Formats: sequence, structure tokens, C-alpha cells
Amino acid sequence: MATAEQPASAEQPATAVQVRDLRIDLVSSGQDIVESIAMDVRAGEVLGLVGESGSGKTTVGMALLGYCRPGGKVTGGEILIDGRPLAAMAASELRRLRGGTVSYIPQDPGTALNPALRIGTQLSEMLEAHRSETSAEDQQARISETLEEVALPGTKDFLRRYPHQLSGGQQQRVAIAMAFACRPHVIVCDEPTTGLDVTTQARVLETIRDLCHSHRVAAVYVSHDLAVIAELADSVAVMYAGRIVERGPRDAIFSRPRHPYTRKLLRAVPDMAGKRAVVGIGGHAPLPGDRPHGCFFAPRCDLAIDPCREAFPPATEFEGGHLVHCYRAEEAPSELPTTGEGQAPAQAGDVVLAVEDVNGYYGPVHILHDINLEVRRNECVAVVGESGSGKTTLARCISGLHSQYKGDVKLGGERLAESARQRSTQARKQIQYVFQNPYASLNPRRTVGQTIARQLQLFGAGGSRRDTGRRVGECLERVSLSAAAANRYPDQLSGGERQRVAIARALAAEPSLLVCDEVTSALDVSVQAAIVELLRDLRAETGLSLLFITHNLALIRTIADRVLVMTEGNIVEAGATVDVFTSPSAEYTGKLLANTPTVEAALDR
Amino acid sequence: MSTPDVTIYDPIEPAGEVHEMRRRQWGVLVRATMHQWRSRIGLVIFVVMVFIALAGPLFAPHSPNQFVTAPNSPPSSEALFGGDNLGRDVWSRFLYGGRSVLGMSVAATLIGVVLGLVVGLTAAYMSGLTDEVLMRIADVFMAFPQIVLALLLLTAFPSSVILIVLIVGLSHAPRVARVIRGAAQQIVERDFVKAAEAVGEPRHRIIFGELLPNVTSPLMVEFGLRLTYSIGLIAAINFLGVGLQPPSADWGLMIQDNRLAVSVQPWGVVLPVIAIALLTIGTNLLTDGFARAAIGIDRGGE
Repeated sequence: MATAEQPASAEQPATAVQVRDLRIDLVSSGQDIVESIAMDVRAGEVLGLVGESGSGKTTVGMALLGYCRPGGKVTGGEILIDGRPLAAMAASELRRLRGGTVSYIPQDPGTALNPALRIGTQLSEMLEAHRSETSAEDQQARISETLEEVALPGTKDFLRRYPHQLSGGQQQRVAIAMAFACRPHVIVCDEPTTGLDVTTQARVLETIRDLCHSHRVAAVYVSHDLAVIAELADSVAVMYAGRIVERGPRDAIFSRPRHPYTRKLLRAVPDMAGKRAVVGIGGHAPLPGDRPHGCFFAPRCDLAIDPCREAFPPATEFEGGHLVHCYRAEEAPSELPTTGEGQAPAQAGDVVLAVEDVNGYYGPVHILHDINLEVRRNECVAVVGESGSGKTTLARCISGLHSQYKGDVKLGGERLAESARQRSTQARKQIQYVFQNPYASLNPRRTVGQTIARQLQLFGAGGSRRDTGRRVGECLERVSLSAAAANRYPDQLSGGERQRVAIARALAAEPSLLVCDEVTSALDVSVQAAIVELLRDLRAETGLSLLFITHNLALIRTIADRVLVMTEGNIVEAGATVDVFTSPSAEYTGKLLANTPTVEAALDR
Repeated sequence: MSTPDVTIYDPIEPAGEVHEMRRRQWGVLVRATMHQWRSRIGLVIFVVMVFIALAGPLFAPHSPNQFVTAPNSPPSSEALFGGDNLGRDVWSRFLYGGRSVLGMSVAATLIGVVLGLVVGLTAAYMSGLTDEVLMRIADVFMAFPQIVLALLLLTAFPSSVILIVLIVGLSHAPRVARVIRGAAQQIVERDFVKAAEAVGEPRHRIIFGELLPNVTSPLMVEFGLRLTYSIGLIAAINFLGVGLQPPSADWGLMIQDNRLAVSVQPWGVVLPVIAIALLTIGTNLLTDGFARAAIGIDRGGE
């Protein structure tokens, strides 16, 4: 299925990375984490490795550095870097390889840089380990040059700084500078922009793209973000449950995807143009040891036929080196559309929540400046802003978790006390808060049922135990969980299921307003789409109002009726979603829109 | 998602299978503890010593206060390990002398751990001024070595079993409070505590319903550790003569009674010293094993 080794020629650049039939097992159980991984990356080419959490994409990325996380072991296949097999290298050779020939850009530069060492020291350590510049001047010149490439000043003053004195974007660019410092042939990027704001992300992506092209570096870019991959990659490999299910040139994968999983994944990506609503993928990816017989995606696939359940499909090749592991690759494009209808905005009712001239503080620091907003019945209002814009503080003021503010938060026309504790039970019931991270918002020592039952006890009419039990079941079914989930502890559920439980808990109070604080940012894109669908349906059924706090512009396009854009504690733009997206009035909004990567825009370019 | 099945179950009392799962979680912890040699050795020593302390009197050949032989006489047929300073049977007094040490230690530890737990959780949750005041008071108590604090109070008040237990318990409390506060501070920051606050859950329910179940591992470790210290401390108090008064049979007091004749008749000192040492080492090994297992498991669970 993979192309045979090609001799390097002028038109055909050398293949810097070749992976053949790679298999990595868990040592303890012998189950495979990833299997049958094959890919080639040529010099100057960027391969996007896409997958959701647990798909094994990071495991593959790390394997290119000759590294396996503890408990894992390469048990089959081979990895060739510049034609040399990694497996045959001695430990000392591997050490020279890492950072020299193959380098790595980590996800979180905050933890990858040593907080106790100056930037200059860390950069020169990198050079000393791999290059033989003898004089200090040469080394200094090299450092300045490297920093210049990533658009950072190479000044003495800058080199004397510690990592904590840099912004997140600057830290990431230092990490990129370190990765490129020794002129590697191959570079592995593990979601290097995940923690960054869109504006910073756009610049970091540009830096990586320019450096890879100008230095003819073969890059493997590991990410869950399809839009980023579309922006950056020349070819794409889609991973699902430890296997590559589809691989090919970027345009083929995004414009003519053939694997049902790829097609559904694209359908789950929010559309900035607002032409289609997001659709989630039901069920969840199987874990190692739990993978079904045959095609791993079959249980979640609408097109699955009998052969799919018997053997893992071999690769079918389509034009342009587009490989698809699916028995139904021919039919998939016609059967599973990746486009769909957008939706009409709902009819809004009376004002439920009004925030008037709110000024928020953290001790002496003034965080929120004269915030005004309204949420009407059956309306979804989105507050968008980058990190540090004060959007979460605003959400916490509204729900009474942050009481250091002046101004009025009114519910149904009535002014609420600052702190939730001083508010009436009725007020607390009406405004429910859903937290960003479902891994932290549920008490790990309580079953789902106990958590929801407590909420019913606090806000619902008292009933018998049996009655409460029945109602807990109803609450869970409303968020598409089985009633039997009540007997589970949070650690027995997946991230998406936990977030559903958190929503079920909020809904158990029968609120009129749900404050959703980045509720999908800790989740995979397919799960995010499912949660968004759920919220949309709940709104249609119950006339619930939503205040949706997020940094993800594309996401709100499909769900919000109105948008407020926040930066540095100010609302800089407010208006109907369509207007804000098509003709933004504030400069900041325009910048945000321009910097948000989307699959569509990337393909048009 | 899977199809909703309509099972009526009891959400407040978890159903059988959940109990089963909970038991399994405990099973994992116990297995991980017992996997280590230190815990196995500790458990054996602990069980033997507790057995001697509790069931010892059943096997004692004489009553603890009966004069059997000449003072400080060496081992003989009527006294297995010889006589003590007044001619009482050392072996019988040894078998009787563990109950008071063990009973008082357990009681003192319970008092100290419960008090420390309440203070620690409250300080962690309330933070601010309450935390500051509680912890500064704890600092003041911790400035005195436990034994000095105990001696000070015992010389001021007439000695009694209850007083000793209370004092030892009180002297543990600030130490336990510190550890629990540290563990709980990380829990307080978690969103589920904020969620409970947003719905107006009463403070005591947040402290005992949300925080307490999440600090059980450090709590168990503290209990074991404080028990170790209690045993030593209570034996020391009795040895120093401010605790239990003669003619009580007690390991600490026995050392005090017989220490002058140690070169002539060592058994009156050696037996209780070994007993106290073994009991302390046993609990310590067991606790240490448990602590290691809990850390491993807590980390794995993250």
C-alpha cells in the first residue's frame, strides 16, 4: 500500500521520514496502542496527523523521536529517518538525533522551558549539545539569527529573561527557535498552538510554516484541530483508535474525504460561514483492549455492512495517492454529506437577565469596565473573548461566584445580591452555571445519581426516595445518557459524558438561564458538536436561555443569536451574530475573525 | 448513547453494584498495600502486639499485683521472667500492661485526628481570616514539643486517664490540621466546590460532603502516624511518672518501676521496652505501606 522507497532527485525531494507498518504495544497487556501506521514525509513537506484524544497521534509523534512513553514498546514495523532505521541506533546516537536531526515542539511551552534558567542559557545549551561552533561569538550570532527567524528580538536584554517573563506566544516561539536552532531535518509538533489565543496562534502557525518551507524541513504536525491542519499541512493522515484510516493530499482529505469518520469529523467542525449546523458523532472511540473486531469505526458508522465487522479494511487507493481504509469508500461521499442546513434564529421573549453597568474587581485590579448585556427568554447570547478578557469573571459575577463587583445583575427585573449565598433560593435555581472542565466540576467521590439527587433536593419539591430516583433517571435521559449512568462515578465516564452529567445537574434545577463557561473547550471536536447539538435541542424544547462564554468564534456562529465581543474587560462589539460575522464594526472583531483558522478559508487559499 | 433502560434505583444509597465497585476500589488499595514487604511485616507485628495487649491477661499466670517472689529476683519456676522491684511477676504484669497503652493511644489518636480534621477542613475552606486565626493558634501549640506540652498540663492538673488522653489528643490536633488543610486546599480550588457554592449548599455540607470524602487517603495515613506517636508519647508520660500511678500495670510505668535494678534484673525493663518498640514499628510500617499505596493509586487515578 505504501509507495516504495524513491531515490532522491531534483524534482522529488528526499523522503525524510518513512514509517512502515509501525506497531506500539502496551507492555503490560500486549494490547496495541497503535498499529499498521505507515506514512512518508518529504523534506519541506508538512504532514498533518489528525485525531481525537486517545487516537494514538501523540504516541506516533513521539515514536519519530525514538521515544515511547513508559509502558509502551515498539513491537513491529520500522521508522526511518533520512533512510536510517531508528531501531538500529544506539542510545548515544539517538541522543544526538533528538534535537539535532529530529526536533520537537511541545504542546505547552510553559512546562517545556526550564523556569529556573534564562532564555539565552537554554538556547546555548541546545546549540552546545548538537553543534560545534567553537567561539562564543559564533554561538551568539547563531542564537540571534534563530530568534530573528521566529520574530523575537535577539537582544542581550531579551536573552537574560526567564520564561515566566514572556507571554505564552513568546514562550512558544522560543520553543520553536530551540527546535529549529540546530537545523533539523525533521520536526515533530505536538499541538503547539492549543493553549494559545487565535491571534497568537495565527502568528505561531505562520512562523512554523515559513521555517519548514525555507529550511526544507519535513514536519509532522500532530493536532486535533482540523482547521489548523487545513491551514498548515500539505498532506493529512487521519487517525482513529490507533490506526490511520485515511491519508492523502490535503485537498483530497478536506474536499473529497472518503472515510465515514473523516466525513463525520468535518461535519462536527463549526462553520464560520454559518451555512451548516454542527453534527456530533454518537458513541465514543474504543480504548486499547476494547476495540471491536473488524473496522474500529463500524459501531459508530451509518454505512457499516457485514464485512466491516469481520476484518479491518485494507487500503483502497484513489487518485493522487489518497488512501482510504474503508469497504464503502466509493459510496461514502454520496451517502454522508459534509454540508447541511444552517438554522433560523429562535424567537426571543422577555428579558430574563440584565447586567447593568457592572464593574468587576480582583482586589485592587479593575477587571470589568461598565458591562451591559441582556439575555432574553429562549435566546442564546455568546460572549467571545481571548484569555484574560474578563469573560469568565463576568460569568462568575452573574452566577454569584465572584462578588467583588459594582453595578446591577437583574434577574426578571429584580436586582440580585452579589454573592450566591446571599441570593434567594429562587435566584440560585434560575441561574445555573456549567463549568469549563467536566473533569473538575463533578465530585469524584460521589455517584452521578447522588450529585443530581442533591440538586433535586435543593431545588425540586421534596419527594420520596423512589420518586427522586425516577427523576434522576429523567434528568439523565434528557441529556441522552442512560438512567443506569446514575450508578457510576465520574471517573468511569468519558469527558463528553461527564459534561452531559454537569448539564443534567444544572437542568435538574429547572433554570431559566444556563451560563455555559467554555463548556466544550476541554472536549474533542466530535464531542463538542454533540454537546452543542444537545444545548440547541434543549433550548428548542424548553425555551431555555443560554449565556455562552467562549473563545471559539466559529463555534458560536452556529448557535448564538447575538454576540458580545470582549477584550480587556470591555465589550467592544455587540450585535446579531450574522452582522458581527459579516460586517464587524470593531477593529478587534475583524482581527479575531481574520485570525480564526477555518477549513473553508484554508482550502480557498 | 445507549438506549435508556428504565431501572428504578435508589440514587441516595448506591445500588449493590456500586457498593461492589467501592469494595473493589478498597480492595485495590489493600492489595497495593499488602504487596509491599514493609506492610506485611508491619501487619504481622501489629497483629501480634495487639493480640498480646488485648488477650494477654487471659494467659497471665498471676494477678498483676500479687506478690509472687522476692523483689528483683531472677527468672525462676514461679516467675517466668523473674520478679519486679516489689516482687510481683514481671511476665504477668507485662501481659496486663498493654491494654492501657493501646486503649489510651487509640482514644487519644481518635480525638486528635477528628479535631485536626475539623480544624484543617474548616481552615482550608473558609480561608482568609478564619484560616489565619486557626493556623496561628495551631502554630502556637506546635511551638511546644508534644511531651513538654503534656508535662506542663499534667503538672497543672490532677492526673487521670481521661486527662492524659485529652492532652495527647489535643497535642496531635494541630499537626493533623496542617496536613489535612494542605490536602483540602487543593480540593477547595476544584470546580465542584464552586458548583456547590453556586447552588447555595450550606457550608457544613460543603466541608463534610464535598471536601471530606476527597481527603480520606491522607486522613488514614495521618491516623496511623499519630497512633505511632501516641503509643510512644503515652508510654513516655507513664514512664515519667506524671501519668498512670502505681500500682497500675502499664508498660511505660513498668520501665519506671524497674529501671533502678536494670543491671540486676533486666527483664522488668526489657520486656515492656521491646513491646512498645514493636508496637510502634509495626504501626509505622503498616502506615507507611498504606501511604505509599495510596499515593500510587491517587496518582494513577488522576
